[in-house]
Amino acid sequence: MAVGKEIKTQIGSINNTQKITSAMEMVAASKMRKAQDQMASSRPYADAIRDVIGHIAQGDLEYQHPWMVEREVKRVGYIVISTDRGLCGGLNSNEFRKVIRDVQEWKEKGVDVCFSAIGTKASGFLKRVSNNILSQTSGLGDKPALNDLIGTVSVMLNAFDSGEIDRLYLVYNKFVNTMTQTPIINQLLPLPKSEAAKRDHAWDYLYEPDAKSLLDTLLRRFVESQVYQGSVENLASEQAARMVAMKAATDNAGQLIDELQLVYNKARQAAITQEISEIVSGAGAV
Amino acid sequence: MAVSTVHLDVVSAEERLFSGDVRSIQVTAIEGEMGILPKHTPLLTALQPGMIRLVTAAGEEELFYVAGGIMEVQPDVVTILSDTAVRGGDLDEAAIEKSIQEARDAIQHSAPDMSYAEAAAELARAVAQLRVLQQLKKRKGK
Repeated sequence: MAVGKEIKTQIGSINNTQKITSAMEMVAASKMRKAQDQMASSRPYADAIRDVIGHIAQGDLEYQHPWMVEREVKRVGYIVISTDRGLCGGLNSNEFRKVIRDVQEWKEKGVDVCFSAIGTKASGFLKRVSNNILSQTSGLGDKPALNDLIGTVSVMLNAFDSGEIDRLYLVYNKFVNTMTQTPIINQLLPLPKSEAAKRDHAWDYLYEPDAKSLLDTLLRRFVESQVYQGSVENLASEQAARMVAMKAATDNAGQLIDELQLVYNKARQAAITQEISEIVSGAGAV
Repeated sequence: MAVSTVHLDVVSAEERLFSGDVRSIQVTAIEGEMGILPKHTPLLTALQPGMIRLVTAAGEEELFYVAGGIMEVQPDVVTILSDTAVRGGDLDEAAIEKSIQEARDAIQHSAPDMSYAEAAAELARAVAQLRVLQQLKKRKGK
């Protein structure tokens, strides 16, 4: 019964794999809940600051911050947020495909591109496709802290200030629901004008203490909060995608085991039948 | 006649503390105390550690403590983006007293792990929290 034994070992090893995938599914499910809470708690701030920036973009301000002025695009920058670990379905590859498509369009227009990577998967991928990586960070864990992101973000902001890049985009996976995560590309700099109706008369703020320092802090906060929100959303997306991928893997393993069990039983039955018929024909010969 | 109100949002990095219509707002801006009524002209200001006092549309008074941030005023909407904010009722008097004491010690003895500026900032924050708490007590006493 050599065939029977081989099948038994195969079933055993698939069983072990199934245990691992189902454990990963449960871990991902509980982490996803935490990540969703985190996402929900920082969202009000991100929304509020986006509203404020929208108002500012509509006003006719005495001080034009360089981050608000459109300029001719010669070089664009991308901050790409990805996961640190794999086994999360097509999450990262979908995101990277979108980036590649976007970059291709810029290249056709003769625009140079450079990158910042957040997460090991992004830095691994970008290293293969480009030699223009300005900064990278990884190992954010389950609770991304703003402090870990600031370094990467500052490199890009400085590049914008010094005119090295003329546009800055943020790429991450938006968490729609547990089943759906969509990669999106958001323009960070220069600040996109909001579409809300422009008021019919020119107005400006009163500033305390002065326009420049206030706008400096506010815009920097805005960019930081957007990147932070992006990384939190990406984390929730990662856990959701992993949960779904692991659930599929567990189901597949179960199916495979069922099939193998059937083959095993058939083989065993055939062996028994053969033995009986050998005995019977042996007895008949005597 | 309906009282005129303005929509106010108070958010900190962790949560939304208040969202609703108010009759008036009082904050500690970088250059001093400031009161905002509905239909105020657009204003952008930095806040220092201090108290936010607001009167809701129903005429109830609420107190918050903010540890600095930025306030944006539009005629019909006001947004306060704070670094950290606490509801008046959630402040802990014993913890505040302790941090005041520690900050004073640090200033006097120049502790090695805390610079003078840090200690002074810490002290300002704690004193502002204490003031919110005292205001709250006074109102309850009435």
